[in-house]
Amino acid sequence: MTTPQKPLPQATPETQEYWDGLQRGELRVQRCRACNRHYFYPRPFCPHPGCHSRDVEWTTASGKGKLHSYVIAHRAHPAFASPYVIAVVTLDEGPKMMTNILIEDPTPQTLPAGAPVEIVYETVNEKVTLPKFRLV
Amino acid sequence: MPDSRSLRRKVAIVGAAETDTVGHLPNHSTLQLHAESAFNALADCGLTLDDVDGIATAGVSPAQLTEYLGIMPRYVDGTSVGGCSFLIHVSHAVAAIAAGYADVVLVTHGESGRSRIGVGGGAGGASTIGGQFEAPFGVFGPPSMFSVPIVQYMQRYGLTEEQLAAVSVSTRQWASLNPRALMRDPITVEDVLNSRVIAWPLHLLNCCLVTDGGGALVLVSEERARDFPKPPVWVLGRGESVQHTNISQMWDYTEWTAAAKITGPEAFRMAGLDHSAIDHLMLYDAFSHTPIYALEALGFTSAGEAGPWFAEMRGAPGGALPVNTNGGGLSYTHTGMYGMFAIQEAVRQLRKEATGRQINDIETSLVHAPGGWFSATATLILGNQ
Repeated sequence: MTTPQKPLPQATPETQEYWDGLQRGELRVQRCRACNRHYFYPRPFCPHPGCHSRDVEWTTASGKGKLHSYVIAHRAHPAFASPYVIAVVTLDEGPKMMTNILIEDPTPQTLPAGAPVEIVYETVNEKVTLPKFRLV
Repeated sequence: MPDSRSLRRKVAIVGAAETDTVGHLPNHSTLQLHAESAFNALADCGLTLDDVDGIATAGVSPAQLTEYLGIMPRYVDGTSVGGCSFLIHVSHAVAAIAAGYADVVLVTHGESGRSRIGVGGGAGGASTIGGQFEAPFGVFGPPSMFSVPIVQYMQRYGLTEEQLAAVSVSTRQWASLNPRALMRDPITVEDVLNSRVIAWPLHLLNCCLVTDGGGALVLVSEERARDFPKPPVWVLGRGESVQHTNISQMWDYTEWTAAAKITGPEAFRMAGLDHSAIDHLMLYDAFSHTPIYALEALGFTSAGEAGPWFAEMRGAPGGALPVNTNGGGLSYTHTGMYGMFAIQEAVRQLRKEATGRQINDIETSLVHAPGGWFSATATLILGNQ
């Protein structure tokens, strides 16, 4: 039996700046210069329907947002201590991203949808820092 | 401009069957499940593999399947976008047969979902989009991905855990009428809420089964459709779409956008029918919330009303609009890509073969399914007139 390992990301050329930013303690998110909207995940063009411009730039996001939706996972990945919260947060800049909410003994009552959250940079190793969030 | 309405009722399902049994089949490989389904569906319409000149399948490659079956078709569809793939195969077969690409199209499904015999693959790589932006947070299989939108929907519309549970209760009532269903004992809302939490708000009894099995369909043109032992089941309308693979990228957590904007409207338009003409619904129920999203996206209720609709048992035996009469993925069987079984039950109902649960005076059935976690979407409207 091998011990289950937590899956870790491997950057690709178009996402490298995002992962490098997290190592520095910055949440790097791209913005479209044509429609002025941020988007996530990184790619070299705007994914918004009706825009799809290739004129995009990197910005540093505030790391603040709101809890959009989540599950409290009781039976999921074997390397994670259950229960844990798999969440999608809406950044103040607009995009949504998946994360974990760091909270002791998560319950539906302590995790109201819409609650304000902020980023916690969780360093895993010399290459990977993960963007986790906590309730403000 | 070509118009899909010209293909309404031009192609029929003339053969349909599942594996001899469904559930726990540890002596069947994945390909064997495909083959058993194929032989059974061909026997159902009196054809043989040598009559098949078009093939469509998902989960395994069409080339694996043709090698195993020993056939060389002239039409191939390997669309593999999850559980709704087989609805899309039917949709494509309609156009292919009408265009003369094939005369007899065989659509097969087989999946050793429980026993995992002859199953390949594995998790996606660490550099995929999911590997970078979802897997590190511990999403692990459908229960922790398909479920992520629900809380936002609850927040917006006031959907309750009791209403979610009612979908499982309603579906189990149908399963208790189906001798082939795996789970037949009646359950209550309390039973669902007292079953262990898998990924809140989902409890065990909000989640589909994991089983082995298969099913297959044989489709031919209108000209040939009456030359077979059983009455034809006509394809009246179809719609299909794909949107995302990562649940964090779903456009809107409070509606099934592809169903509302594309697959539902296209299927109804092609069929030339309105909602009041639909007698039966097969709404793929991977989890309790999936039929709720489907019912309102397809326009059978207004937004936010599908939870109360199910809680009032309107889709249960004796209800106004029967939903998932085989017992669904929740209680009948769920191999992994369940869409084939939803089509099979629609065919059984339209042929008046659904002993013990037959809907009287049925003329139409709407089949609707996701692939992945609302990732792909397909709708079929079938009829027997």
